[in-house]
Amino acid sequence: MTATAERLSGGYNFAYLDEQTKRMIRRALLKAVAVPGYQVPFAGREMPLPYGWGTGGIQVTASIIGPDDRLKVIDQGSDNTTNAVSIRRFFAKTTGVAVTTRTADATVIQSRHRIPETSLRAGQIMVFQVPIPEPLRWLEPRETVTRRMHAEADYGLMYVKLYEDIARMGRITTAYDYPVMIHGRYLMRPSPIPRFDNPKLDRSPALMLFGAGREKRIYALPPHTPVKSLDFDDHPFTVERWSQRCQRCGSADSFLDEIVMDDRGTRRFVCSDTDYCDGRLAPQAP
Amino acid sequence: MSDEPLLEVQSLTVRYGERAACNDVSFSLWPGEVLAVVGESGSGKTTLLNAICGRVAASAGAVRFRAADGRVRDLRTLPEAELRRLVRAEIGFVHQNPRDGLRLGVSAGANTGEPIMAAGARYYGDIRRTAAFWLERVEIDPARMDELPAMFSGGMQQRLQIARALVTKPRLVLMDEPTGGLDVSVQAKLLDLLRRLTAELGLAAVVVTHDLGVARLLAHRILVMRNGRVIESGITDQVLDDPQHAYTQLLVSSVLVT
Repeated sequence: MTATAERLSGGYNFAYLDEQTKRMIRRALLKAVAVPGYQVPFAGREMPLPYGWGTGGIQVTASIIGPDDRLKVIDQGSDNTTNAVSIRRFFAKTTGVAVTTRTADATVIQSRHRIPETSLRAGQIMVFQVPIPEPLRWLEPRETVTRRMHAEADYGLMYVKLYEDIARMGRITTAYDYPVMIHGRYLMRPSPIPRFDNPKLDRSPALMLFGAGREKRIYALPPHTPVKSLDFDDHPFTVERWSQRCQRCGSADSFLDEIVMDDRGTRRFVCSDTDYCDGRLAPQAP
Repeated sequence: MSDEPLLEVQSLTVRYGERAACNDVSFSLWPGEVLAVVGESGSGKTTLLNAICGRVAASAGAVRFRAADGRVRDLRTLPEAELRRLVRAEIGFVHQNPRDGLRLGVSAGANTGEPIMAAGARYYGDIRRTAAFWLERVEIDPARMDELPAMFSGGMQQRLQIARALVTKPRLVLMDEPTGGLDVSVQAKLLDLLRRLTAELGLAAVVVTHDLGVARLLAHRILVMRNGRVIESGITDQVLDDPQHAYTQLLVSSVLVT
């Protein structure tokens, strides 16, 4: 390694992980891309932060990032929450790559809980942090059984959950981590994104990678892959709608956060995607 | 009754290590026929039932099943995925303990609807109508279909399990002690129900029981097992009224007469 690169990465190998580990993760990624939606086991490493904080996503990002990349990190749509700030700083320190908050400028976007409102384009890579990769886990606790169910594409059980929702609430109440079928074959958990973001997965021009650190699984959605959210013919999949607009930028078509402003119950609705909201307020020079 | 048997079990042997739980068992079952398998605890009755539908792996023999398409398949050598599809579509299973056959965390309607959702039903209204229809058939008030099975009595749970087994309109139903653990009056009602359903639907059934009264009421033919072997078989009344084998005689004579 050259002296410059060493200074940039603060004494660590480029992107923290050693090269052997990165190669191992890349092999898992290639397999995941070749079999869309299939959960590939990988030898996940201990990372310098706790499970649940994005260890899976960080390992995937570390394996694919190069010196010319431009990284954006979002947490619940925001570029400036703790998780986003610390992961962005982690990579700035260990790789020296450029970082950005603008979706359009980024080549790699690591995310927790959201897909940006700005349409992704070919060449961009989304990296998701996944807490529990197995979509059938709450219905069937045994890993041996769920693996067999995937092998045989035996997904009737997932419909039992949707049936229960409708029988009890009159509609499908699953609001995030809404199960999807990938290319008509594998059932996949899209990480805890709101179901509002599910349509953005369908035939997206960007590559989507999913890393689960605690469970040590990687799965992927190659560009332009058909993604179908599960539903019943007479209870079709729908996304959330708000009666309000964003009170900052006036957007009527983005995912809104409801924020309690004081102890008298005043509420405010604003875009969850901060970059999108800022971009609408002050159009930046191209 | 057609000339072709629905199920043909030939020299079926299941070994657990050195011990054979089921030894060289053969029988045929025709459409619409109810066969009772009786014998003491540990005689291999339940193992036989599990081996027929592939829940335990047999060590030797064949289980030839004539599927709805008319083709005969050996369930022992069928690939796993195909076996599962076939068993799910055409063979119903009723466990002794309803807790083994039901999902206790989801409603009675979802329990009944699960097999048809697994088979590909994707229209909520239809699934619900079908579930309500079968709940009514087993005498559960469809108004209670959104309740959890845990809220039901033992007899109701057992009837719910039967609805779940019948909802795919199977051609063969395997029942493991369907009346076990129920009190006598509930048993009688359940037997009435089973007798009516098998007659009306033309179901073929294998009923494992240690209760000769159940066998007498439900079954056309009977198979007596001991130590994994079939020691006597024949028409139910014939076997129970004129038992030939010493063990069958003992079994028949030990029934409490009230």
